[in-house]
Amino acid sequence: MKISTTLIAVALLAGVVGDTMAQANEQFIGLPSYRVGAYAAGGSGIYGGWIDYMTLINERDGGVNGVKLSWEECETEYNNARGVECYERMKKKGSTGNSVFQPLSTGITYSVLDKVAADKIPLVTIGYGRTDAADGRVFPWVFPMITTYWSQATTMVKYIGSKEGGLDKLNGKKIAYLYHDSAYGKEGLAVLEKQAQKYGFTFVPLAVAHPGNEQQSQWLKIRQEKPDWVILWGWGVMNPTALKAAAKTGFSREKMVGVWWSGAEEDTIPAGDASKGFTAAGFNVAGANYPVVKAIQDHVYKKNKGNMEDKSRIGSVYYNRGVVHGIITVEAMRTAQAKFGKKPLNGDEMRWGFEHLHIDAKRLKELGAEGFMPDLKITCNDHEGSGKVKYQQWDGKQWKVVSDWIEPDREMVRPMIEESAAKYAKEKNITPRDCSKEG
Amino acid sequence: MQFFFEVLIGGLLSGVMYSFVALGFVLIYKASGVFNFAQGAMVFAAALTFVGFQELGVPFWLALLIAFGVMVVLGILTERIVLRPLVNQPPITLFMATIGLTYVIEGLAQGAWGANVRGLELGIQDEPIEWLMETANISVSKFDLFGAGVAALLVTLLALFFQYTRIGRALRAVADDHQAALSIGIPLQQIWRIVWAVAGFVALVAGLIWGARNGVSFSLTFTALKALPVLILGGFTSIPGAIVGGLIIGSTEKLAEVYLGEYVGGGIDSWFPYVMALAFLLVRPEGLFGEKHIDRV
Repeated sequence: MKISTTLIAVALLAGVVGDTMAQANEQFIGLPSYRVGAYAAGGSGIYGGWIDYMTLINERDGGVNGVKLSWEECETEYNNARGVECYERMKKKGSTGNSVFQPLSTGITYSVLDKVAADKIPLVTIGYGRTDAADGRVFPWVFPMITTYWSQATTMVKYIGSKEGGLDKLNGKKIAYLYHDSAYGKEGLAVLEKQAQKYGFTFVPLAVAHPGNEQQSQWLKIRQEKPDWVILWGWGVMNPTALKAAAKTGFSREKMVGVWWSGAEEDTIPAGDASKGFTAAGFNVAGANYPVVKAIQDHVYKKNKGNMEDKSRIGSVYYNRGVVHGIITVEAMRTAQAKFGKKPLNGDEMRWGFEHLHIDAKRLKELGAEGFMPDLKITCNDHEGSGKVKYQQWDGKQWKVVSDWIEPDREMVRPMIEESAAKYAKEKNITPRDCSKEG
Repeated sequence: MQFFFEVLIGGLLSGVMYSFVALGFVLIYKASGVFNFAQGAMVFAAALTFVGFQELGVPFWLALLIAFGVMVVLGILTERIVLRPLVNQPPITLFMATIGLTYVIEGLAQGAWGANVRGLELGIQDEPIEWLMETANISVSKFDLFGAGVAALLVTLLALFFQYTRIGRALRAVADDHQAALSIGIPLQQIWRIVWAVAGFVALVAGLIWGARNGVSFSLTFTALKALPVLILGGFTSIPGAIVGGLIIGSTEKLAEVYLGEYVGGGIDSWFPYVMALAFLLVRPEGLFGEKHIDRV
């Protein structure tokens, strides 16, 4: 009896020690995902792609320079309170604590904005969150990377301009802005008003109440106003409803340009034929033929280790957006390891990695992501990166790329970012960093 | 003036869509005095089940039948597991139970069929009627007219069912007085099961119409929010009230959004119906067609 008890104790101890040793050489990444609730379709696609990319790194490369990635999901249901709960629950997990927090929700981003600085955990918000956090001097812990809503809005005007034959041809045109009546939807207002003044087009904002499943009044207004173009800044059910309503009103989908949260298969398929011809912005493209996606299929799905239950979604806009999240996280880790050593990193070290992240065209090719996402270079001053956006058009069955990477109007956007960030710094009594003194 | 009529007609047709969901609430409240918070979730679950079976290759009518069967089973289980143990409890307890039921139904539906957003085609195009467009320049959707037709048919069937069938009369008796109905041998639990099954059928029809309009996604649960002001206005116990309330709410919210929206920043059609319903409550607390409640003290 005594012997067996001792054996069990030894076995348990060996298990615990082994587990701790394994954890000691693993990089923990907490994933505040949402796979149920109103936004589950987006969450399951993005977190699925992200997890698959991390599995690829573990399976194919044996981790990042020998450091395996480990993760744990915490269901937020896109709810702010749950998001904060997940943040607290995960922040001390793993051998170094949670090294990065990416909630895929602007609301949760705002809720943890002050906490991340205190806990020294970088907050990475790719394609959402606070635009003015791109000013790294005021927001050292926040990274609204690749591109922001304001940059995107200016590329929309550039794209429309290109379709009209040049930006000078926008003078006298009318552009309606059909937006989700929330902080997210209102993000585009100020910058588009400025663009209207700059290029001489008439700007017609039209708010749609949450959730956006009823838009008849707004489309009747559109019928009355007769705009040349409609910018759709929607989310969830608002997108297919808008596309259906456009068809009902007889407004050409060829003249509708959507925000990147309007441009996924989940937005177009429910609207059926009404979606054909609709164009949307994106900081990643759709498609399963990119080498990085093929590598996931070869090294992850062939071993039955994939995260997606519905494999037809591999290569979709949301799935590929998740892969982009994975690439950025892993590349930041690689960058930080070059300075701090090939070991699991804490939040502070990861923050340095994000702030010195440079993914150029050469690196994108090595990653198998050429044309899949834009190049980017993060600095102490600029936490956004390139700001580039590509446009895709729905042909009735799939998204087809219809533009090159479009540069934002930085001359307009950057001063707006700095002005807003300075205002925030004043409110919060923050002294902006002097980037010339940062290592 | 032509534009005014276009807004008005569009609003009336939208109102009919709200009435679909309101009908489900009315049926259950009428028969059991329970405000079924889970009606929106039932709309979602019914549509998702229908589309889910269609994706598996099941033909349209069979998928419709199976989805109806699932809703009947759900109704029976709700009566057996949720309502029966709570008989004689205060209405607020039953209401709270239906809130819990909402999350259970949402979770079960997503668990069974996944969280993907799906399209749903009923074969009716959501596009303007051409001759109306050409002759009067008024845009009225074929699909909205189809929805109005289905609503008219549904209300007629329900009215006939309540008025002329034995079960319908029993339902009305239960609605009037539970104790009296029980004392003359009307089986309360069986009536509840039937009414939940009928509410499930109404949820299925609402789910198909709304799903064909906007896609089948979790947001179908939000349709319940549109039904609440309709209920306040039309009364919680009246089937014609759900229709008339829907027409009033639909038309006024559209007119308000188009003509007043720009002065208050737009997007007022989410709260304007509630303001209207609350104002109406001050004048007629029981709603347009609700039964006036008189207590003898």
